[in-house]
This record gives sequence, structure tokens and C-alpha cells, in this order.
Amino acid sequence: MSNPQQKSTSTISMLRTLAGVATLSGFLIVFVYEFTFPIIKKNRAEVLKKAIFQVMPAAKSYKKFAEKDGKLVEISEDQEIAEAYYGCYDDTNNLIGFALEASGMGFVDIIKVLYGYSTNKEAVIGNMVLETKETPGLGDKIEKDADFVRNFEELDVKLTEDGSKLQNPIEVVKKGKKTEKWQIDAITGATISSKAIGKILLESTQKRLPVIHKSLDVLGASK
Amino acid sequence: MNTDSMGYIFISSLLVNNFVLSYFLGICPFLGVSNKLGTATRMGGAVMFVMLVASLSAYGVHSLLVKIDALFLQLISYIVIIASTVQLVEMFIKKMSPALFRALGIFLPLITTNCAILGVALFQTNREYSFLQSIVFSFGAGAGFTLALVIMAGIREELDLASVPNIIKGAALTLMIAGIMSITFMGFAGLGGS
Amino acid sequence: MSDKQLKGQNFNTFMKGIWEENPVFFQLLGMCPVLAVSNSVMNALSMGMATTFVLVLSSTLVSLLRKLIPKQVRIATYILIIATFVTVAEYAIQAISLEVYKNLGAFISLIVVNCMILGRAEAFASKNKLGKSILDAFGVGIGFTFAIFCMGALREIIGNGTFAEIPVFGENYEPWVIMILPGGGFFALGVLLLFVNWYQQKTKKGATK
Repeated sequence: MSNPQQKSTSTISMLRTLAGVATLSGFLIVFVYEFTFPIIKKNRAEVLKKAIFQVMPAAKSYKKFAEKDGKLVEISEDQEIAEAYYGCYDDTNNLIGFALEASGMGFVDIIKVLYGYSTNKEAVIGNMVLETKETPGLGDKIEKDADFVRNFEELDVKLTEDGSKLQNPIEVVKKGKKTEKWQIDAITGATISSKAIGKILLESTQKRLPVIHKSLDVLGASK
Repeated sequence: MNTDSMGYIFISSLLVNNFVLSYFLGICPFLGVSNKLGTATRMGGAVMFVMLVASLSAYGVHSLLVKIDALFLQLISYIVIIASTVQLVEMFIKKMSPALFRALGIFLPLITTNCAILGVALFQTNREYSFLQSIVFSFGAGAGFTLALVIMAGIREELDLASVPNIIKGAALTLMIAGIMSITFMGFAGLGGS
Repeated sequence: MSDKQLKGQNFNTFMKGIWEENPVFFQLLGMCPVLAVSNSVMNALSMGMATTFVLVLSSTLVSLLRKLIPKQVRIATYILIIATFVTVAEYAIQAISLEVYKNLGAFISLIVVNCMILGRAEAFASKNKLGKSILDAFGVGIGFTFAIFCMGALREIIGNGTFAEIPVFGENYEPWVIMILPGGGFFALGVLLLFVNWYQQKTKKGATK
């Protein structure tokens, strides 16, 4: 549009158009966001519920807890917090353990897992990969490889006497070299992904099990 | 090697998870601008620069959006930032080096729709990289893009001299070569150390 | 122009996008998602539909506003419009299925920079009437979905031995994992383009005979 008549008005009309479109798009996004947010939240909660019952097969119900001054306090399920503790109860309403979310960098992208911690056995008794983009056929075996998944049937995470850290930090070893209960057999050809899982679990357990330990007597877990 | 360390992030974004060859980002310029070595190098340089600036601004904007709790505006603000960065870079180059500007020609505005740039911004946000990690990541990704582009241009320059059946000429052949390159780059996976 | 002719013309606008001017096979636009999220049929289809959704809506809006948008700021306006609809699509997909959302990942956001959408806005919707623009967008969108579906089917059948997660080859089939890996994406698209080239040459020869 090179003719001079239009040029004099074009600054205003340019600004007007941009502002108009920006307003329109703002309204549209906010509207859609408000509309879909409750649905998304519900979907998320359902996926989580399924996952929790999978890593803690004995559980019949769960409650959400948050850490406050080093102790666990119950919060309502709608409350969004970064590191929630899902306390799991069996059919007689005894606390049998916790389901905990953890995440860390894998080989390709972030890996998110949910693992079950049994207060009775003081061990990780289930691990489920929630989110991963690891290479198909190699790194994604952390989800599918039966031998690898078996590592988490009873992975020892006993705490020291004072309950401040793990007695034996989780270790990832080469396949077939597992001798101790706190070791994880890596997958051949997917060492980095296996190690990433080990590291995610180690960091999470080191940080969060002491908190659980301190609150156990208050919550009345079966010992 | 620790997956959070600077070295790992750099190697990973440069070779192992090369943006073009394993994430398929920036395919358009990869196919379009890879027939001459000279243009490929210049294009790579421009992309690297824009990527670095975009990554820095994306980091700032993300912190701001988190503060005012308006994450649903993330995508729009990223794309606006990238578009304006490209525009600024264009004006800057035009002023500083008209020769380079003419050489880059149409490629500069095209960088706006280069998904690799938006990809860097989105990935660094998803992975919650720190400020320094973001810089290293975007630098590695840019260098990786340039590397793939330059290798491809080198191969295609040589191919011009070879006799190729008509039917496979053009994009089909380029894609096949890219496939072989991608498999070759998978070999770098071992670099992570085990 | 009679009604019938007009209808024919509209139909042509629609069909052009699907084959003759197929964005992926002939124009080589929007290749990134075609390569990246075509490792399974389901991923490919959801990506195709999401892209079509964004394409149709943004073409509609661009066409409606085409007389109001000054030439100087048109690209900025288009990008703003596209980014809006992509954000909308992102939330919609999350609400429909978290599984799909997880599989597509960052590539939903990356629809913004799919040059095909900006290309249609610039080359068609900004110059044509509403109805025609919508038809064109649908045509191109379906063409894109068709292409990405071909890729998805090819890669999943060979690379995983399944079609939409239903086994096709029986148990003794050892999948070619390479087809699901990034390298296989390039190969599959290369082969498809090869086929398209061959088909084109064949029909051209037939026409001159």
C-alpha cells in the first residue's frame, strides 16, 4: 500500500488491528482455559488414582498429605502442591504406605515416575513410569522390560536409626550384578535411562522418606 | 555422566539429541537451504544467534509469567518474542552489514517459522533448566542445527556431480540421506558414558 | 456463472488441497510434525486433526478480517491468530485425552510454526471469501492428515508390527525398530516422496502419449 493517502491513517489502523486481534485472542484463550480447566483437572486426578492403586496394589483408599515444618498434614484433594504425599490405606483403614511422585532428566527428556513405598517393609514396592519420551526400543524398556520392573517389587530403602537418611543408598549396577536388595539391575543398552530412574528414586527417597518417618507415629501406621 | 551437568546438556543437544536429526525440528530450512555450503553456514550462524537471544528472552518471560500466574499466555508470548527478535536482528544486520543482509535475503524472516527456535524455548521450559543451563542448551542446539545443515550441504554439493535417477531427485533423496545421517548420529548415544 | 459451475469450482478448491497441492507431498510444507509424531497411527491422526482444527479456524478468522488488516502488520496478526487457536487446541486436547496430550508433547505447541498454516493464511485466506477459504483450509487440512496418516501407518506397521495397536503380522514378526526411530521417519517420508514422484512421472507420460 504505497499510496500516500492511506499512509497517513495506517499507523492508527495498524495499532487498532493489532490491539483488536490481541484482545480477541486474549478473551478466547481465557474463555477456553476457564472452560477446560475443571475437565483437565478431573482427567489428571483419574489418571493419578489409577496409578496410585497400581503401585500400591493393597491400597483401598488414599489421602493427600503435604509437608509442613517437617511433618505431614492432610490437605484436601483439590489443593495443588508440588510434592504431594499420597497416604494409602487398606480395607481396615490402616496406613500401609505412600505413593510418591518423582521426576528427573532422562536420556531424551524428563521422566516422571510414581512409586509406592511400604512403611511395613520399608521398601519401594512398585514403580510406574508416568511420563517418558525415551527412545523406542531402547530407553523405553524402563517401562516394559520385565526384568527391570522386577527390581521394584521390593527395593530396600531402610532408613538409618535416627531416620535422617537411607542406610544403603539405591545403586544402579550392570545387568545380572545385583547382589543386594538396594541395587537395581540396569537394562543392557539402556544404561543411561536405567541410571536416570535410579537417580530419580534415590533423590526422592533421600528427601522424602525422612519426612514420612517423622510423621509415622502421628498417623498411626501399622508397624 | 550426570544428566543435569553442563557438559551433558551441551553434548546431548549438539549430537545425541540433535534438533534436526532426532527431534525433527527445523526441517524446512534443513531441506530448503542445504544445497550450497556457503548459504548453509550463514543460515546456521543466523539461527544460532536468534536461538540464543530467544532462549534468553524466553527464560525471562517464563519467570515473569510464573510470577503473575498467567502460564496460558506462554505460547503467544514466546512466538511474539521470537518474531520481534528476528525483526530486530534483521534491522541490525541490515545496518551493520548490508552484504550479509543481501546474502541472507529471504532466510531471515523465515527463521520466525523455524520450529527449532520455538522448540528450544519450549523444551528449556519443560525441563526446568536454570539460566546457565538454558544458555548452554540453546547454544548446543544451535550448533547442532548448523552442524547437520553444513554436513548435508557438503553431501549435496558433491551429489550434484553424480548421476542420479530422475525419479529420486530432490527432496526424496535429501530425506534418505538425512535418514542415514540420523542413524549415524544415533551412534553418539554412547557418549553419555555408562 | 451457473450454480453448478460454482459448485464444481468449490469442489475443486477442496480437492486441490488433498492431492494436487498436497502440502506435504508436493509443497514440502509442514514437514516437522509429519516426521516427528508419525511413529504410530494414533499419534499421526491426532496430530492431523489438531492441525486441521487450527488451520480451519485461523483461515476463517483471517478471511473474515481480511479487509481490516493493514498489509504492514499482516504477518504479526496472522501469527497472533494462529497462536491463539493453537493454545485453544492445546487445552482442548488435554481435556479430551491426557494420553494423547502426553504422546504429542511439545509438538502441539509447535503447530504455531507449521509453515503450512501461515502459508494458507497468507496465500489464500487473506485474498478469498469466507466460504472458499474454509473449503480450502479443510482440503489442505485433510491432505495434511492423509499424508501424516500414511507415514504413521507405514512406520507403525513395519516398525512395530501393529496398526493402531492391533497386531497385523502375528507373533513371529520381528519389528524393524529402526522405522520408529528418527532415522526411520526420514526413510519413510523419502520412500513416500519417491512413490509420489514415480506416480507423477507416470501420469505425465500417459498424458503426452
